[in-house]
Amino acid sequence: MNRFWILALLVLLPVRTMAALTIEITEGEEGALPVAIVPFGWQGEGAGPEEDLARIISNDLQRSGRFKPLPVADMLARPHTGLEVDFRDWKALGTESLVVGRVQPNGSGGFLVSFQLFDVYKGEQLAGYSIPSTKRDLRMVAHHIADVVYEKLTGQRGAFSTRIAYIVSTIGAGGDQQVSLIVAHADGYSPQTIVTSKEPLMSPAWSPDGRKLAYVSFEKGRAAVYVQEVFTGKRQKISSYRGVNGAPAWSPDGRKLALTLSKDGNTEIYVLTIATRKLQRLTSNYAIDTEPAWSSDGRTLIFTSDRGGKPQIYSVSASGGAAKRLTYEGDYNARASYSPDGDLIGMVTREGRSYRIGVLDPRSGGLLVLSDGPLDESPSFAPNGSMIIYATKTNGKAELAAVSVDGRVRQRLALQEGDVREPVWSPFTRSNRRKP
Amino acid sequence: MKSRFLTLLPALALTLLFAGCASTPGTDSEGGAAVGEPGQGGSEGATTAGAREGGSWSGNPFEDPDSLLSTQVIYFDFDTSEIRSDYQNVIVAHGEYLAANPTVSVTVQGHADERGSREYNIGLGERRANAVRRLLLTQGAFDTQIITVSYGEERPVDMGSNETAWAKNRRAELHY
Repeated sequence: MNRFWILALLVLLPVRTMAALTIEITEGEEGALPVAIVPFGWQGEGAGPEEDLARIISNDLQRSGRFKPLPVADMLARPHTGLEVDFRDWKALGTESLVVGRVQPNGSGGFLVSFQLFDVYKGEQLAGYSIPSTKRDLRMVAHHIADVVYEKLTGQRGAFSTRIAYIVSTIGAGGDQQVSLIVAHADGYSPQTIVTSKEPLMSPAWSPDGRKLAYVSFEKGRAAVYVQEVFTGKRQKISSYRGVNGAPAWSPDGRKLALTLSKDGNTEIYVLTIATRKLQRLTSNYAIDTEPAWSSDGRTLIFTSDRGGKPQIYSVSASGGAAKRLTYEGDYNARASYSPDGDLIGMVTREGRSYRIGVLDPRSGGLLVLSDGPLDESPSFAPNGSMIIYATKTNGKAELAAVSVDGRVRQRLALQEGDVREPVWSPFTRSNRRKP
Repeated sequence: MKSRFLTLLPALALTLLFAGCASTPGTDSEGGAAVGEPGQGGSEGATTAGAREGGSWSGNPFEDPDSLLSTQVIYFDFDTSEIRSDYQNVIVAHGEYLAANPTVSVTVQGHADERGSREYNIGLGERRANAVRRLLLTQGAFDTQIITVSYGEERPVDMGSNETAWAKNRRAELHY
């Protein structure tokens, strides 16, 4: 396999950073759990790290819509260890859960981050860990702490320490378009450009281990699908047949890629086994068949087809055979994907003249519309299934937005410059699974 | 209003300048056509000149405003790849040109407006490019002369989000 890997010339090394996405919650803070995250103490010499871990944790929890963090200015005390906590201070403020923590120097330039989570009313510790970290990883450590707090208090796994990838398009001073594929933390910080091109880049898709991205690039004047290792920049050209090479989707075991190809004269869905380059055709219809997505057991693919006259969602067995229509509501349903637990299907759906994000319950057939923009597209589930990130357009500018799957919480993720589109949320990775 | 007119003046001057440039090849070819004829015409005591034949055009046929070949962008209606009747003749002319010039090749780009999902729009752009390609083939163009590329909604010519912009973006472009 190694001989297929080439170092991408388009990758900027060292990685160029871009302005971070700014996130604002636009709807849905009522009914949130009152928590307090006390600013972490610094137990070394000098000023300590510049990252405000408590603020990062607090922002993560607030963005989920399920927590209402206490403003630091309202705190009656600022303990850093369990021994310093007087629960009466927090009961008086109505705080139900409390996080305290501290950072110590740990060898050559590293840190040791310790924190404890308390149930204020029971006066009990719910969790407590010490995590060694480099300076560079401190933000990610804060996201891991937010994950622990979220899971302890909601019972659902946190997804704050995951990443998002998206496409940014900017027009330079000379009028030239520049298109970039960016990888950032789930809160929009630490963005890193992993591909840049003057020609369109499209359809990024995370591998199930969260270490690779498949995407479409027009850098050679026509479409080709590449797979790039996110952390090394190494990449491999996967598909460059005549015509369309698009819509890559990884099988749950990471061994196959579903693709849209038009090499046989019409856009059809194929499954490529990466190691052997064996290609299997799944659809055969004089219609647009595209946007494949796998079920979590890898047995079924859903896709968009206009074989009935208008784009609708169909499903087909991964071994081929007849397709079954899944959507009947409305005259435009596209870009479908399963929620991580497989219970819901997220998609683009047209309401009147507007294109919105909807979730379909395939058992009942009920469709819940979650967004309210005129031109919403590219929905992607968070790996814990709590939120959907998608692309939207506000006053002619392309931005990202996220909405909880119940539609209650909504937020905007905006860049100062450039159009942002095609967000994809990474899966949980090994580092997410490793308990601190 | 006055200041607006003044700001238009340089643009107007530029337009005239370019109009001048664009006419240069035409002037040359008319001159070329005149060289072969006047001697005979002169001996009859009258000045005659040959009318310019289509075939004697030595400039770029794609830039001749009288030629159907000068139209290289074909527009489509919403969510369809059907060739509108007003573009049938244009594509037929391109097909005949390709058939007559088998060494020439063309790239047909298919494009869509921004509405709906991006990969579906790649499919729509592909279908538009293929609709043009099929009509070129029926005029005798060879399959090997035509490359199709769908850009979907990725390369709009008008960045607006309104009917006018969308109509301009639903297109196929012929690039020789």
